[in-house]
Amino acid sequence: MFKHFITLQWKSFFRAASLKSSIAIKILMGFAAVYMTAIFIGMGIGAYFVIEDMNIGDPFDVINKFIIYYLIVDLVFRYMLQKMPVTNIKPLLYLPFKKSQVVNFSLAKTIVSYFNWSHAFFFIPLSIILLTKGYSATGIIGWHLALIAIIYCNNFINVLVNNKDSIFYPLVGLMAVLGLFQYLQWFDITTYTAPFFNALCTLPWISIILWLLAFGLYYAAFNYFKKNLYLDAGLQTKQTIAKTEDLSWLNRFGNLGTFLKNDIKLIKRNKRSKMAVITSFFFIFYGFLFFTGTIEAYDGPIWRIFAGIFISGGFLFSFGQFVPSWDSSYYPLMMSQNIKYKEYLNSKWYLMVIATIISTIIASFYLYFGLDAYLAVLVGAIYNIGVNSYVVLLGGAYTRTPIDLTSAKKAFGDKQSFNLKTVMLTMPKLLLPLLIYGIGHYLISPTAGYIFVAMAGVLGFAFKGFVFKKIEKIYKKEKYKTLLAYKQVS
Amino acid sequence: MITVQNLTKTYGKNTVLNIPSLEIPKGQSFGLVGNNGAGKTTLFSLLLDLIQPTTGHINNNGVQVNTSEDWKPFTTAFIDETFLIGYLTAEEYFYFIGELRGQNKADVNALLSNFQDFFHGEILGQTKYLRDLSKGNQKKAGIVASFIGNPEVVILDEPFANLDPTTQIRLKGIIKDLAANNNVTVLVSSHDLIHVTEVCERIVVLNKGELVKDIETSEATLMELELFFAG
Repeated sequence: MFKHFITLQWKSFFRAASLKSSIAIKILMGFAAVYMTAIFIGMGIGAYFVIEDMNIGDPFDVINKFIIYYLIVDLVFRYMLQKMPVTNIKPLLYLPFKKSQVVNFSLAKTIVSYFNWSHAFFFIPLSIILLTKGYSATGIIGWHLALIAIIYCNNFINVLVNNKDSIFYPLVGLMAVLGLFQYLQWFDITTYTAPFFNALCTLPWISIILWLLAFGLYYAAFNYFKKNLYLDAGLQTKQTIAKTEDLSWLNRFGNLGTFLKNDIKLIKRNKRSKMAVITSFFFIFYGFLFFTGTIEAYDGPIWRIFAGIFISGGFLFSFGQFVPSWDSSYYPLMMSQNIKYKEYLNSKWYLMVIATIISTIIASFYLYFGLDAYLAVLVGAIYNIGVNSYVVLLGGAYTRTPIDLTSAKKAFGDKQSFNLKTVMLTMPKLLLPLLIYGIGHYLISPTAGYIFVAMAGVLGFAFKGFVFKKIEKIYKKEKYKTLLAYKQVS
Repeated sequence: MITVQNLTKTYGKNTVLNIPSLEIPKGQSFGLVGNNGAGKTTLFSLLLDLIQPTTGHINNNGVQVNTSEDWKPFTTAFIDETFLIGYLTAEEYFYFIGELRGQNKADVNALLSNFQDFFHGEILGQTKYLRDLSKGNQKKAGIVASFIGNPEVVILDEPFANLDPTTQIRLKGIIKDLAANNNVTVLVSSHDLIHVTEVCERIVVLNKGELVKDIETSEATLMELELFFAG
C-alpha cells in the first residue's frame, strides 16, 4: 500500500509545473541548497566557539538556557509553514485503502519532512563538538536524543493544533513578552527551563520519557485524524464568515483605486498573503543583527546598506516577488477584463511603495543606534522604491508559480512552490546596492556611498514611465506562458 | 461582428482547431456544440486572447484580437471558475467588474435587480466568499457578472452545466432576452442539445477541431443534431 502512496507523491512532485525549469536554474538551486546546508552545519560547529568567545559562561549552559526559544521559534515556523498532512487524500478515501494506512502515511510524511531533518544539520555537529570538549558521552547522547524527541513532539503538536489561530497567536504574543522581559531583565523564563535542559544531560534517561511523549503525541494525532477523516469533519475546508467591505475612499484614485481595493482585500482575506505581511514585519527587526554588532561578519560598513534594504523592503520581497502570482487563480479573468497591464502593474507598484514607506517609518526606532543606522534604512528605502520595485515586478513576469491563496503552509512545506528561483532573483536586488555603496564608501567617503545608492534610487524613480513600458511589454510577451502555468495548480 | 480567418491551433503535431473561415454577424445568438476535445473552449480562449493562434486570426468588431486589446471594453465572458475572484463576496465581485467596466454601484445594483429570480436568494447578501459557494452558485455569479457593463459580445462556456433545473430554465430566458437585443452577440457552448437549440438562432458543430455543421435553427435542428451525435 505504501508503495502506491509513495509513487503518487513522487509523481505529484516531479510533474509540477514549477519544477520544469531550465537546467541552469536547477544547478543554481542545487548550489543554493548545498550552501544553506553548509551554513546550518557551520552554525552547529560554530555555536560552541562563538559562545565561548563571548565569555558568558559555559557554552553548554548557555545553549540550554536559550534552547527554549529555539524550540518555540521552531514551533512558530512549523505553524506558519508546515503543511497539513491531510491535503490530497480526498481522492484516496473511497479507494480500497484502510483508513489507518492513509493516516499513517500522512503522518509519516510529516516525520520525514524538511522541518525535522533540517535540525540535524545543527544538532549533530553541535553534539559532536560537545563530545570532543569532554562533556559526558552518555549525557550528551541522552541530551541529543531528548532534543530529537522534542523536535518530533513539536511536529505532532503542530499537526494537532494546525489551523487553530486561537492557540497560535497567543503563543507568539507570550513568546514576544517573555523575550522582552528577559531583555529588560524583569523576568527570566530561562531560569526555569535551563535546569530542565541541563537535567537532560545529567539524567540521560529522561530522554526515554520524551520519546514516549513523542509516541504518545503521534498516537493522539493518529486518532484525531482517523476520527476526522470525513469530508464534513477534518477534511472540510474552513469557511470564514464573509464581510463586505466598503473601501470607497479609494475610489478617488480611479482604476488604480479599484485594484488597490482588491489588493487590500486579497491581503486581508487570504492566509498566504497574510503570511507575507507578517514576514515583512519581521524583516523590520532584521537590522538588530547588524546595528547591535551581534554578528561580527556583519560589522563591515557595506552591510549597513544590506540591512537598510531588508528593513524597508520586507514587503517588497515577500509580497512583490510573487506579483502576478497572487492573482494566479483568476488570471484569465484579469486578462480578458477591460484593463490595461500598466494600471494593473501600477497598483502593485503603489502597494509596494506604500508598504516600503510604512516600514521605513516604523523602523525609525533605529535612530536609537545613531543617525547613521537610520540613514542606511532611508537610503535602502529610496533604492527599494526607485530600483528594486521594478526588479521585483520584472522577476514576477518569469516567476509563474501559481499560488494557492487559501493555504499558508505552502511557502516551504510544499516543494512544488518552494521556489529558489525567486531567491535567485533576490541576488541582483541586494548585491548591486552593496556594490554601489562600496564604490562610494571606499573611493570617497561613507556619505558618498549613501548618496550614490540614493541617487541610483532617485534615478530609477525618474525613469518610471520608461521602465514601466519595458516591463509591460515583457508581461505581454509572457502572458500566454503565464496563463498556461497558472492552469496547473499544485 | 466576429470574423475568423484561417484559424488553427496546434500543439506539437496535434491540431486541435482548424477553422478556415467563420462569420458571426452582430446580434446573433450563436451556439457551439461538440464532444469533448472538439475545440469549443479553445475557440473561446482564442476569442479572449488567452491563447495564441498558430495561424490566422480573429476579428472582433474590426479589432484583431491577438494584436490589439481594444476588444476588451465591449466583450465579456464566463469560461470557468478562473473568472471568479474567490476571496470576494458576490457583491464585491460584481462591483469590481463594474468599476473595471465604468459602471458605478448604482448601475450595477440596477442590473442585479433584474436577476433576483435567477439568484434565488443564494448569491446576494451572503456571509460567504465566492470560493465557499457551491459550484452552481459560483456559476450563477460568474454568468451574471458577464452581463455587467452593456457588453456587445458575451461568451459563455457551458453555462448550463452544474445548474439546477429551475436555474437552467431561467438562464434560457435570460439568454433569449439578451439575444432579442440586436446589439448583443451571444456565444454559448453546451453539451445539452435541447438547451442550445432552444436559445440559439444558429448552431455550429465542431468535431476534432473542424467545423462540420453550420445550421440555422429550425424545428428539425434537434433531430439533425441528435442524428449526427448518435452516429
